[in-house]
Amino acid sequence: MTAIAEHRGLATGSVVTMASALNQALSDSLGEDDSVLVFGEDVGTLGGVFRITDGLATEFGQTRVFDTPLSESGIVGTAIGMAMNGLRPVVEMQFDAFAYPAFEQITSHLAKLRNRTRGRVELPIVIRIPYGGGIGGVEHHCDSSEAYYTHTPGLRVVTPATPADAYVLLRQAISSPDPVIFLEPKRRYWSKETVCQQHGDIAMDRALVRRPGTDVTLIAYGGALATALEAAEAAEEDGRSAEVIDLRSLSPFDDETVTASVKRTGRAIVVHEASRFCGYGAEVAARLSEQCFHYLEAPVLRVAGFDIPYPPPHLEEYHLPSVGRILDAIDALQWQETAALAEVAG
Amino acid sequence: MTVTVPMTPELLLPPASPVTLLDPTGRAVPGDDHGLPGDDVLLALYRMMVLGRRFDTQATALTKQGRLAVYPSARGQEACQIGAVLALRAQDWLFPTYRDSMAVTARGVDPVQVLTLLRGDWHSGYDPYQHRVAPQCTPLATNALHGVGLARAAAIKGEDTVALVMLGDGATSEGDTHAALNFAAVWKSPVVFLIQNNGYAISVPLDKQTAAPSLAHKGIGYGIPATVVDGNDAAAVYAVVRRAVTSAAAGTGPVLIEALTYRMEAHTNADDATRYRSAGEVDGWLARDPVTRLREHLRDRGLLDEAAIAAVDAEAEAQAAALRQRMTTETRPDPDDLFRYVYAEPTRELRRQQRELAAELGRAR
Repeated sequence: MTAIAEHRGLATGSVVTMASALNQALSDSLGEDDSVLVFGEDVGTLGGVFRITDGLATEFGQTRVFDTPLSESGIVGTAIGMAMNGLRPVVEMQFDAFAYPAFEQITSHLAKLRNRTRGRVELPIVIRIPYGGGIGGVEHHCDSSEAYYTHTPGLRVVTPATPADAYVLLRQAISSPDPVIFLEPKRRYWSKETVCQQHGDIAMDRALVRRPGTDVTLIAYGGALATALEAAEAAEEDGRSAEVIDLRSLSPFDDETVTASVKRTGRAIVVHEASRFCGYGAEVAARLSEQCFHYLEAPVLRVAGFDIPYPPPHLEEYHLPSVGRILDAIDALQWQETAALAEVAG
Repeated sequence: MTVTVPMTPELLLPPASPVTLLDPTGRAVPGDDHGLPGDDVLLALYRMMVLGRRFDTQATALTKQGRLAVYPSARGQEACQIGAVLALRAQDWLFPTYRDSMAVTARGVDPVQVLTLLRGDWHSGYDPYQHRVAPQCTPLATNALHGVGLARAAAIKGEDTVALVMLGDGATSEGDTHAALNFAAVWKSPVVFLIQNNGYAISVPLDKQTAAPSLAHKGIGYGIPATVVDGNDAAAVYAVVRRAVTSAAAGTGPVLIEALTYRMEAHTNADDATRYRSAGEVDGWLARDPVTRLREHLRDRGLLDEAAIAAVDAEAEAQAAALRQRMTTETRPDPDDLFRYVYAEPTRELRRQQRELAAELGRAR
């Protein structure tokens, strides 16, 4: 165990991409626990279309890392049976929209079997799904499908935004006794990070304050976090101090971390790529209005994708939340009214 | 380079007529290489079918009395359900549907626990690991993939376990049946697929469900050997499933079995079968009754006398009376259970909602 621990894991000071961090997490989990299996479409010999499983079939053999027939429902349905028999499958859906054929198995069985059997059947399954746009992908390759899963009780839904956190979250997801939908922001697969700490002590269901600030809270996750951080830098130049929260866990939602921030700043903007209507931001805004109403200086705003099918590559820049749009939203947070009220009160 | 299409192995084609060991009058049909099961097996099949049928009619009666929310009867399908379950070994797994309550009880699950779902107390009332019976599955064909996965895991772990997946004729149109047959075949998983073809998916007859010559013919497309059996002949179902289990356990891959049978009752108590099938058709199948068939056979061979028949009937009556009595006890499911099993540990939000409900109930008192 010590020998394994020494050469495994992300070493402090090393520079990693999110793709290699995920690969390392899978490799370490396979190495430490014989019951962990990795399977899906093209994940074996090819190493996945995004190469997240690169080298794993060679290292751990075709019994533990393998290609399946091309059927997402088949992948999730058989993973359920394997988990019923004591294994811990980590399966890959090749793209967000390609996971829809598995929707029945996910919502009717994966999410419900524990409850259906009063806890007798445990399904420690991780479904990895590359999601979201920003890579010039054609139709069916860029969906932000998180709300379908967060609306399903019994699932945990997490999404990393940085390479180091991708490693930590995936290890935690694989260790979880609950089924986890693990959403990988594919536009950040090649983003790099110098590993400075392991975050190992942060629970899977907790959000992280990525940037402290005092005037407004930007709440983001996955692919949109980097955009929110960039917007916060730009806002600083305008004299507005933005705190940025990385949700990490979309379900369950970390009310404590988010409301503590919004109660301090009095303003909040949720940023995500998914469509606005009934999108994840609607839930966040509702919770903030329920829990922080008397602290709010302005309505909670959403910077989100339009309510349209995901656009073709040459139009996606108009759809995705941008730094400019976030800054516009920050400007719209009724600063003048607050100042005026303060003047009257003064 | 010449491109060739591999020859179709004839062994993948189902037989021209269903495997039948006992004709509808109970006479042994010679010539089938399966051979009639031993006397002890035949007697066990008879007893379990009588018990199964009495359980089924009792459940239907309980529904009419309002004790069950609904009950999908399988009366008429006893030979399929009992024959298949008795052919399993203790280490095997059963993946039943909502119509397979008789099969589940035959596997040893407490009838009251089987009816928990239909009584409305909880979604599934038994521990799947106790008798190796998966929760009865409602979404059609989805259980097939669970069986394939469990069997694949068993093979990976070096366990000698076969998964018996039960499907209906309607379920063969679902995508998950296709995926399950294909995955099982590619992985050579130890799975036996048993299609109980009872002629109707609620009201839709088989000719609106498929254009295949038989449902067993579907096996060849997956490279799965398939057979058709007289689903009202318990001896034949037992023999065919037994052979399939042995072959699957030997590592030769999955087997597909189509059992031809008939649902004597409507889809459920809420259904009206007279809207889609004739009384004459039902009467025709009454003449093929699986329980009568085996009883006549056993009586003719002197393996069952009137006293033994009466004893089995009495046992079935006693079991039904006990079930009635236990089902009249009022149950009070605990509202806290709503939150208890959603996750391994309730989330902060669920604990909050649990307190909300408790407060609401406290005010109501």
